[in-house]
Amino acid sequence: MKVSEFAEKLNLEILTEGNGSSKDIKGMYICDLLSWAMSHAQKGDAWVTVHTHVNIIAVAVMADISCIVIPEGIEVEEATLKKAAQEGIAVLGTKKTAYEIACEAGKLL
Amino acid sequence: MTNGIIRQNFVIPADDFTAAGEASSSVKKMLIQLGVDPQKVKKTAISMYEAEINAVIHANGGIASVEIDRNKIFIRIEDHGPGIPDVELAMKEGYTTAPDAIREMGFGAGMGLPNMKRYADLLEIKTEVGKGTTVEITVYLS
Ligand SMILES: Nc1ncnc2c1ncn2[C@@H]1O[C@H](COP(=O)(O)OP(=O)(O)OP(=O)(O)O)[C@@H](O)[C@H]1O
Ligand SMILES: [Mg+2]
Repeated sequence: MKVSEFAEKLNLEILTEGNGSSKDIKGMYICDLLSWAMSHAQKGDAWVTVHTHVNIIAVAVMADISCIVIPEGIEVEEATLKKAAQEGIAVLGTKKTAYEIACEAGKLL
Repeated sequence: MTNGIIRQNFVIPADDFTAAGEASSSVKKMLIQLGVDPQKVKKTAISMYEAEINAVIHANGGIASVEIDRNKIFIRIEDHGPGIPDVELAMKEGYTTAPDAIREMGFGAGMGLPNMKRYADLLEIKTEVGKGTTVEITVYLS
């Protein structure tokens, strides 16, 4: 499922510009340890993390992650969104918890 | 790919978290352009990123050099940081000396070196306390 369709179905806000939202989501991975996420997330996973600094974009790029979902209404730095747009990674925001996101994603993916 | 060797060097700036990962990102793009198998691109990207970020966090930055020929990708990350007193211990999953501020960013799981070991086909670490550390990563293409 395309990131844009996923965002619409789960009512997530796409925070980034650029072509990131045309990527395909294959699954989901939730973890806030960057090295752990990078090595265990599968190609095409949507990654849920509370981190919002610019390094999450590099991690997503290295691990072939399809998009990043920031839960609980956490605000994302402008620099991160800019980098995300450059690298073609969509960042999605929502007030939902990681658990709520995963439950809804589980029915769709 | 041709028989030629591609060589490129990158500076890894000290304490610059916004630039951390630039070298690995560039190499990843280069490998994709060269048509390298996506599995091997990912192996290279992850292990190089871990070494690059370690140089930023633990060693005041350094130099990355990359060599690609038809048989392999070879990456050397060299720093003049504090060195690693006990490499065997540092290689253990979960071992970290990262300070709290770094851990709050999500680094410091103590998984970087284990990830390099897992994803590189060959990993060599040369280190001397007070002098610095050189990490060499090889990923075979054929
Ligand atoms: N280039 C380096 N210079 C000095 N010490 C290093 C270097 N690389 C690693 N170390 C030491 O080895 C430890 C383990 O490194 P490793 O990359 O496995 O974990 P980490 O960097 O602490 O956490 P993570 O990589 O999961 O974010 C580090 O905490 C640090 O003490
Ligand atoms: Mg590390």
